Formats: sequence, structure tokens, C-alpha cells
Amino acid sequence: MLHELTLCGLAAKLDAREVSAREAMQACLDRIDAVDGRVSAFMSVDRDDALGQADAADAALAKGATHAGQPLLGVPVSMKDLFCIRGQPANCSSKILGDFRSPYDGTVVRKLRDAGAVLFGRVNMDEFAMGSSTENSAFGRTHNPWDLERVPGGSSGGSAAAVVAQECFGSIGTDTGGSIRQPAALCGCVGLKPTYGRVSRYGVVAFASSLDQVGPLARDVRDSAVLLGAMAGHDPRDSTSVPTEVPDYVAGLGGDLKGIRLGLPREYLIDGIDPGVRAAFDEAVKQCEALGAEIHEVSMPHTEYGVATYYIVATAEASANLARFDGIRYGDRVDGDDPFSLYCNTRGRGFGEEVKRRIILGTYVLSSGYYDAYYLRAQKVRTLIKRDFEQAFESVDALITPTVPAPAFKAGEKMDDPLQMYLSDIFTISCNLAGTCGISLPCGFTGDPKLPIGLQILGKPFEESRLLQIAHAYEQATPWHRERAVL
Amino acid sequence: MADNDFDIQYVANLARIALSPEEEGKLSTQLGDILGYVKKLEELDVTGVEPMAHAVPMANVLRADEVQPSISQEAALANAPRQANSLFVVPKIVE
Repeated sequence: MLHELTLCGLAAKLDAREVSAREAMQACLDRIDAVDGRVSAFMSVDRDDALGQADAADAALAKGATHAGQPLLGVPVSMKDLFCIRGQPANCSSKILGDFRSPYDGTVVRKLRDAGAVLFGRVNMDEFAMGSSTENSAFGRTHNPWDLERVPGGSSGGSAAAVVAQECFGSIGTDTGGSIRQPAALCGCVGLKPTYGRVSRYGVVAFASSLDQVGPLARDVRDSAVLLGAMAGHDPRDSTSVPTEVPDYVAGLGGDLKGIRLGLPREYLIDGIDPGVRAAFDEAVKQCEALGAEIHEVSMPHTEYGVATYYIVATAEASANLARFDGIRYGDRVDGDDPFSLYCNTRGRGFGEEVKRRIILGTYVLSSGYYDAYYLRAQKVRTLIKRDFEQAFESVDALITPTVPAPAFKAGEKMDDPLQMYLSDIFTISCNLAGTCGISLPCGFTGDPKLPIGLQILGKPFEESRLLQIAHAYEQATPWHRERAVL
Repeated sequence: MADNDFDIQYVANLARIALSPEEEGKLSTQLGDILGYVKKLEELDVTGVEPMAHAVPMANVLRADEVQPSISQEAALANAPRQANSLFVVPKIVE
């Protein structure tokens, strides 16, 4: 069946004219009809627009366009609900944006279109990307394809679930503290967070501007490499995007791990890791060693301060970024007698509980009298965390860790305890604070119930190529990426 | 880091968010727990450590001061909850 192909498998068939882009798009729509009633990954699908884009790709193919020139030509890719796509809604899974429709295409959207992708469907997320379970969506939760009672992770939970349920050939998400890697781990796909500055943030609704980064969720490492290649690069419209060359990520794949030095951070292998996760991780380390990697224990002494630092820095930035949702220029408005009460009413009604919690926390840590004690101190600890990475990378090429300490939890389990929810991001958060790159890929399953386990590899800044190469070598030597959830 | 004096009404007001009494109670307790947790950072000696606002040190990223295309006024106003005469309509600010 067409929907079972990888992104690269589909691209090869499109390039050979064995299938049409319309057939591929229709296969995704049929699959959505068959399974999304149970998975709820998609918030909306503009079918006419999707099929129109597919027809345009077919027309280009008929005129001789190739996948060497446009690697994603005719490939259906879904988008997290926070990308600005001209004429389409972008709700960020929040009520506050009302019937907003974006007046322009963001840079990632434009680049993916240039590469030929058919961008269709808005997938669910935690409201404004704040959460680790996709339960904070104002439009209902998304279900983990491996066990519908469980969460898909978050905040890019809709992306991960849609890829794993084979409703699209890849999905684009964002990662502020693990929001690509954590759902990829809990759903069993590959999720890549590029280095800060690698991919433009222009046209992406901001959560925490010094941490947010756009990246792909895909069925395997090669698919991730193709998607990253299409999106990466300097953008004059994002002054934080970095003007460095984008290598050919696909050409860099292949080979073993001979001579690669992998660091095992002692502080990540804490008590409290689920035994199934620990066993799968230990096995993955052995596999890397068998493939030729040298394993070195390293120390990252400030790891335990990552979550506390993150929840000060990220909420402070969020409180500033989300000030724009004021009911004046776009989104839903709840009236008041004066502008002040209009703002308070609009935001009180429009934002969900987690978003309010974070804006209020962020406002507090920036407020007069508390700035030094909280925000400034967190910024200094952030420096210490970054130094941990710099020191580790002096002796190793990349770090390997479990992505998440435990497999997917049941819906509702952590909703009343935000702190426990935050702690599920303990292994993914430091990478964002340091601004480096990371990938999560499947490395096994728990026994009963059968749930995916993720292996995280963290690389040096702008060394996504090496990260993908290591991940690819491991993936090709193991069977995990071929496992499919039964729906 | 004193969190005992955390005044939910004051901070919610600064953030321009109206809260119900139930929300005030719940958020106050939860934020108290979270602030208790972040006290962990006090364990570290950060004397002489430079604060870090950004992962990639870049400063003064400027472009040439040239007019570039942007969205039309019509498109910019299309999402406004209320608009008239090419303007956003807001409640009266001055008497």
C-alpha cells in the first residue's frame, strides 16, 4: 500500500512515474479517513487544496521535473499547527487565534514548496507548543498509535502520531525543550532538532525565541536527512539564522561507526529510568560499539539543573512573545470597557491553563525585584550547561542518551502535576539551552504493553551531518524502524 | 529567591490575564511548587559566570535600509476582530 512507503521510497516511485502525486495524496487522505478517527492527529485537512498541490506536482513531473532538482516533488508532508501558510489557519491548538488565517508563507513553508512538497493538514500540538503530551490542545488530545490510551508525547505529538500512523510521509514540528525528540521517542519515529540558527524561524509562531527550532519527524533517518536539507539555511528574515553552508545531508549517509567517539554522560544514567528503557539503551550502546564506535564515559555536572533553568528562561521569553495575543489585530476578542479589561478578558478566556501558568511564571521571574534572583541566575546557569557540552565535545564526537526516562504514559496521568510533566523532558532540555543539535530514533520496545523506546544522539553545533550518519549506521543495523503500529 | 510573597493577582494583572477565583487558587499552589523546585539553582555558585541570552553569539545583524515588499494594508487588517476606515478599532482610551 502506498501509505506504507517511506518518504524516499515514495519519491523514487514518483520519479520513476510509477505513481502520481495525486495517488500519493489520495492515499494519505484515505488513510486519514481510515485511522484518524482513533488517532486524532489532524486538526483539519484542506482536501481540495492538497489535491490541487498534488496535481501541480504531477504537471511539473509531466514536464520533466526530477527529484534530483526537487527532492520532495509530490510528497505529502503535514505541518504542526504553528506555521504560517498563506490562506490557511494557524491556531497553535489554542482558542485565542479564532478564525485567523495567515497572510503569508513562512520561510520553511516556502523552502518546502520550492523542494516540491505537498503541504497539507494541520496536525495537533500542545497549545503554543507548551506541553509534553499534546493534552494541552484546546481541540482535544491526540492518541499514541501504539496504545490509544496513552499520550503521543508533545508538543509535536500530532506530527509524531501522523507519521507513525502513516497518514503522511513526514511532518514538520518545532522543538523548544524536546518537542520533536520526545514525541518521536514515545511514538517510535525519527525526530531531529537542528542546531539553533540552522533553520529559519520566520513565519513560525514563537514560544521561546532563544530555544525554538524547526525540524522534521519522519519514518527513518534518510527521510529526516531529505527534509532537513530542504529546510535548512540562512534566511535574512530571521536575524538569528546563521549564515553557514548547508551540506548534502543525504550524501553523508552510509558507512559504519569506526573511529567515532560516543560519550555516555554519567549524569543521564540516573536511578528512576524505566528498566525497559535502560535495557534497550544499554543494548543500543553495545550495538554502536559493535559497529566500531568508541564509548567514553563523560561528565555533564549541571544536567540536573536543566529543567529548572529551562522553566525560567522559556517562560520568561514566552511571557514576552505571547503579549502579542491581545485581541486587537487578530484572533478572538472578548470585549471590555477599556483596553486593559479587553486584554485581560481576551487572554483570560482565550488561553488554556498551561499557557496561563507559563505566562504568569515568566512574568513573575522578569518582574521588578525578582529578575536577578530568577532570570539572571538562570541565564548564568545556562552558561554552565553550555560549558558542559563544550567540555564533553572536546573528547567525543557526539553524546548518546535515552531520549525520555520512561515510555509513553497514560492520558490524564500527569495533567494535575505540571512539575512531573516538566520532568519528563529532563534528557532533551539541555540540548536546547546549549543550542546544539539532537536526534531521537527508535531503539527497541517495552514488553507488555509494547511501546517504543527512543535513543537520543546529541551532536556538536552545526554537525547535523555527523548526527545523521551515526543515527543511520545504528538504524540500518537494527530492525526497530521497520516496526509498524497496528491500527 | 523568596516565593512566599508570590501574589497571583498582582502577577496575573501584570500579564493581563483575567483569572477566576478557582484558577487563582490552583495556579497559586502549582506555581508555588514550581518556584520551590527552581530554588535548586541557588545551590550553584554563579559568581563571575557570564549570563547567556543566546546560544549563538551574534550581534547587530543589520540589513541595508531599503524598502522591501510587505503584506498589503488590506491583508494586515483581514484578521482584525474589528476594523473601520483602514484602522483597528479599540475601546475608547481617552475621554
